[in-house]
Amino acid sequence: MIEGISIYEILTLSSILFFIGIYGFFTRGNLITVLLSIELILNASAVNFAVINTYLYPDFLQGAVFSIFIIALAAAETALAIAIVINLYKLVYSVEVKDTETMKY
Amino acid sequence: MDFSYTVLIPLIPLALFVILGIFSKKIPPSISGWMGSIGLGASFVLSLYTAYHYFLNGKLNGVYQTFTYKSTWLIFTDKLHIDMGVLIDPISVMMLVVVSTVSLMVHLYSRGYMKGDDGFTRFFAYLALFSFSMFGLVLATNLFQIYIFWELVGASSFLLIGYYYTKPSAVAAAKKAFIVTRFADLGFLIGILVVSYYSGTLDFGELNSLQGSIITGWASTTFMGLSVFTWGLMLIYLGGVGKSAMLPFHIWLPDAMEGPTPVSALIHAATMVVAGVYLVARLFPLFYFVEDGFALNMVAYIGALSSLIAAIIALTQTDIKRILAFSTMSQIGYMMLALGVSKYEGHEGLGYMASMFHLFTHAMFKALLFLGAGSVIHAVHSNYMKDMGSLRKYMPITHITFLIAALSIAGFPGFAGFFSKDEILVAAYENNMLIYISSVTVAFLTAFYIFRLYFAVFWGEDKKYEHTPHESPLSMTIPLIFLAILSFAGGYIPFSEYVTADKMSFTSHLNLPLAAIASSVGIFGIILAFVFYKKVSDLPDRFAKAFGVFYKWTYHKFYFDEIYQFVTKKILFGIVASGAAWFDKNIVDASMIGIGNKTMSISHKIKGMQSGKFQDYAMAFVGGGVILAMVVFYIWIN
Repeated sequence: MIEGISIYEILTLSSILFFIGIYGFFTRGNLITVLLSIELILNASAVNFAVINTYLYPDFLQGAVFSIFIIALAAAETALAIAIVINLYKLVYSVEVKDTETMKY
Repeated sequence: MDFSYTVLIPLIPLALFVILGIFSKKIPPSISGWMGSIGLGASFVLSLYTAYHYFLNGKLNGVYQTFTYKSTWLIFTDKLHIDMGVLIDPISVMMLVVVSTVSLMVHLYSRGYMKGDDGFTRFFAYLALFSFSMFGLVLATNLFQIYIFWELVGASSFLLIGYYYTKPSAVAAAKKAFIVTRFADLGFLIGILVVSYYSGTLDFGELNSLQGSIITGWASTTFMGLSVFTWGLMLIYLGGVGKSAMLPFHIWLPDAMEGPTPVSALIHAATMVVAGVYLVARLFPLFYFVEDGFALNMVAYIGALSSLIAAIIALTQTDIKRILAFSTMSQIGYMMLALGVSKYEGHEGLGYMASMFHLFTHAMFKALLFLGAGSVIHAVHSNYMKDMGSLRKYMPITHITFLIAALSIAGFPGFAGFFSKDEILVAAYENNMLIYISSVTVAFLTAFYIFRLYFAVFWGEDKKYEHTPHESPLSMTIPLIFLAILSFAGGYIPFSEYVTADKMSFTSHLNLPLAAIASSVGIFGIILAFVFYKKVSDLPDRFAKAFGVFYKWTYHKFYFDEIYQFVTKKILFGIVASGAAWFDKNIVDASMIGIGNKTMSISHKIKGMQSGKFQDYAMAFVGGGVILAMVVFYIWIN
């Protein structure tokens, strides 16, 4: 519980982070930066969990614990994504998104 | 007496058609030739048996009975139903004999003539189809059944004329025959609809009955001054005009000679082209009694005019098959005019009897003439008189049989044609003097042109042949001999005992003065042809020059084809149809093409959806999810 700040402001913060992450996912031109945006999305949801736990259910721990889960999950998922990027690099010798557009009309 | 076995007569050729048609590649030619001949031989024997049985035992109180065996096929209402069946009656039995005889002879002949041809089995399949259709036409019990078989005969004729389908002229001739006869059949169909609507029946027995609704009540409804039945009969006759190659629908017959010669003998000489005559004979009571024979007058005049014009054209043609084609048109004109001048009772119905008699004898000698011409063409490999000469030395059997047929058609005394033609002339003399004079002229012209053909081919000078012509094999000469016997002896059958308008016999006597006129006119024609053509001379050419422009018109068959082409291409297509053509090209076609183009442009725009960029796919995914969430939320709130 932070003095003087209501839940709405922090929820707005986490939404903004979430949508920045989504925007970045759609728009960035480098695969690693896309992964960065995915991290932002996941972390925004983790913040959401933590905030709701602190402000609405202060006697429980589940929210915080779940945030830790999310961190572990994000790490595993990023590892997987990097593995894919490395395999892709072996084929096209680039981490730019424009070089992966071959399966089109 | 039971004549129901006559239904087998058309069914045997039908079975042959199905078998030969399906297995045409697998049956070797020698077997299919025998199959066709034996099948038709069976129909021939059955027809002869029917004729023997019917003509000797079929009378009841002096009138030949009509036997019908039919079953209802399509029922529309309780009054409107279409039956299929067989009708046994003097003219149908006579036609059975004619068709089966000529068909059998043509089958036997084709075994020799078509030997070595690739489509041999296909040819026999088509011949069987034609025989089935013709038998069905002859045995038809009602107007609709005769129309069905009429069209079937036209389709078989198309297939047979276009038999050499790789030759463009044959294909064009087949199309022309079918389209011209189909156009005439439109009249036939409208006529059938008119007659059946106003009389309430399609059946021949009911239509022709003297107490029936038409003959007693034809004056009830009129249209533009004539009874509707007269209009109906004239329209039905139009169908006959097309099928029998009368003026003005005769243009298909000379071109139909593109088909193989056995086809010309069977279809375009002896059987199919007489279908029009048969139709008028079948409906004769109607033609005679309705409006005091108005439609019958039309039959007579069209017949007389066709016979005259055709005889004139035949004088100048150089292709032997075309000469015979115009000769057929002329002789059928004789048959039509004989029907046209006939009356009904007893001896007055002489025209009817003469017409049927001439149909019988004509089938024999015309088929013989065509088969003989085929024999000559087979030996010389050309259709034209200029490539032939002095063939009597090389082909004795063909020569003698051709001579017999020529004497018969010219009306030389003693031969079959003399008797039948003489009866026609007597009937014309008794009823219509103008037609009599025209017919005597035609008799002269007939003798002249047929002996012109005979002398130019079998006498004349010996042409340089690439390989010496030889007599045809036995398979081709035996039918010639058989038909020659019939062309001579057929005249001695007392036809008036058997086939008459009111189905009662009468005895006909030879009218000596008129017979003398007819024979002398014929013999004069023969002598003239002898003088002109037996030895090579320039007499024909001098005559042709003397006639100048008339010769040119006659040589070009009076420009009928050119006139019809002009009317259809310039007037009908150019002016009348141009509106519809514009609509079809610019509106109907344009809208179809427009739909296609629009689809292509929409697809061009949509294909950007498959861009290959995973970020676009992710955006679509998220966008869809958001919309779904909004919808669910909206429903949850309410």
